Amino acid sequence: MKEIRIHARAGQGAITTASLLGYAYFLKGMFPYAFPSFGAARMGAPMNAFVRVDSKHVRLRSQIYEPDYVLIMDSTLMRGFNCFSGLKDNGIVIISGNEADVIIPKAKAKQKVFFVPANEIAMKYIGRPLGNTALLGAFCAATGELTMDDLNEALRHRFSEKLQDGNIKAAKEGFELVKSKIK
Amino acid sequence: MKELLEGSYAVAEIIKRCKPGVISAYPITPQTHIVEGLAQIVANGELNAQCVNVESEHSAASVVLGASAIGIRTFTATSSQGLFYMAEVVYNIAGLRLPVVMTVAARAISAPINIWNDHQDVVSLRDAGWIQLHAEDVQEAVDLHLIAYKIAENNSIMLPVMVIMDGFILTHGVETIDMPEQADVDKFLPPYKAPYKLDVEKPMTFGPLVDPESYMETRYAIQETLKDVLNLIPKVTAEFAKVFGRTYNGLIEEYKTKDAERVIVAVGSVCGTIKEVVDELRAKGKKVGVLRVVSYRPFPAQQISEALKNIPKVAVVDRAVSLGSIAPLAGEVKAAFFGKAKKPKMISSFVVGLGGRDITKDSIKEIFRLLTGKEKQGEFVDLKPELLKENYEDPV
Repeated sequence: MKEIRIHARAGQGAITTASLLGYAYFLKGMFPYAFPSFGAARMGAPMNAFVRVDSKHVRLRSQIYEPDYVLIMDSTLMRGFNCFSGLKDNGIVIISGNEADVIIPKAKAKQKVFFVPANEIAMKYIGRPLGNTALLGAFCAATGELTMDDLNEALRHRFSEKLQDGNIKAAKEGFELVKSKIK
Repeated sequence: MKELLEGSYAVAEIIKRCKPGVISAYPITPQTHIVEGLAQIVANGELNAQCVNVESEHSAASVVLGASAIGIRTFTATSSQGLFYMAEVVYNIAGLRLPVVMTVAARAISAPINIWNDHQDVVSLRDAGWIQLHAEDVQEAVDLHLIAYKIAENNSIMLPVMVIMDGFILTHGVETIDMPEQADVDKFLPPYKAPYKLDVEKPMTFGPLVDPESYMETRYAIQETLKDVLNLIPKVTAEFAKVFGRTYNGLIEEYKTKDAERVIVAVGSVCGTIKEVVDELRAKGKKVGVLRVVSYRPFPAQQISEALKNIPKVAVVDRAVSLGSIAPLAGEVKAAFFGKAKKPKMISSFVVGLGGRDITKDSIKEIFRLLTGKEKQGEFVDLKPELLKENYEDPV
């Protein structure tokens, strides 16, 4: 079983991100359980979305406290909150933002952290600062859990034809960026 | 066909296949996506139904009451305060013997305002004469709606059903669903034919003033019918299994209880988490299990006492409170053993997960651990002691 925790602000598309991840896993024949946890019901409020995925039906219904992977869609969330909390010893964190702008907790030896200017990438291809698809591309490169083909199929399923192209390009750039850092 | 769907939209999809003629809709979190999904389905022309946007839940319930009374299959959904606002109509629907099916996205009750999941809303309406069926996951929530119409519209039953799914956890949970095919649904659930209805050609009165000469018999009749429902549910789920290939007991589900020394009794989605813990503890040689109550009304007391009579230690886990008394499910499980010779040595009672307080594997392990000690009565699990300190300091 793999557990993914997404930190975001309401309105940044965390639920979409979780269901895109879920759908990409579903296409591979896996059993995802994607779910949100809202705080105050207003735009900009910190919230979480989660994906728990297994090769069989997921029964566990609690939130995710010891994630394998963490996606942070807004690096300012780390100012007052430890988004790395409970991260597995070999866990991977992908942060939307620039490394110079935030102080992150010291990662353990086998933990990996990637920064992706996801909103800038999104502005370039979609014209709106919704960096979730760029982050998902980065997720594919960083974790090797999903291929870009898996992700692109989920993107095509989710977005109307008009939005597909930009999101697929944004995902590709996120993927390439992390891929180049790994090498 | 296997699909990946959010719980609410999965319910909308199965309701489409049940072909209700009238749907009433009023939004309330976390139920809204269900009627929103249905409104879209009707607008797309995929379902020939009248979708009525009303100004309150009181009217949402009244619309399905009226439509059901003229012999039409109906649907609505609500949650929490919305269920309470429709409460008097909820009782009327059962009293009028109308086979309405309603989804309730189970949620906490104000005040303080809280939109998250527990079972206080549905527990508070348990005595209304409705059948209450609790889903553990989205697939079961989907399937229970088919089972619900089948039971409700049985001409010897004619009672409404609430299909209860945990707010957010299931309504907003995205899961792999085997969505029943229309042809199978049609086979399992033929069009509704009302045994009696409001009809200008054959005038009939529904719900007139009934004086002390005959009111009591109407209540007795519902009570007796609900006993029949206990016998009918396993027959309907057997028929369901034949058509759709998925097997449910429909009253209770026993998971690794046969040789268990400690068993948790619970309702709804938390049972998935408990099963995970049961498997973990079993791998360490601990004899534990879980009994899930699916049908909360009618309450399968006989089946529960039969299933638990040889279990030494039982914990009943409630996600609701009866303020000022024993926790609701615990009281009923204990009552199931009244006058029985064979019963557990200990039945402890725990209250968990109120207002969406997350129930973790550790919460469940703690309950199994507490079962090795003294009997507990209405013990609140995962309380935060720092929030319980009284502090009346002058804010100025």
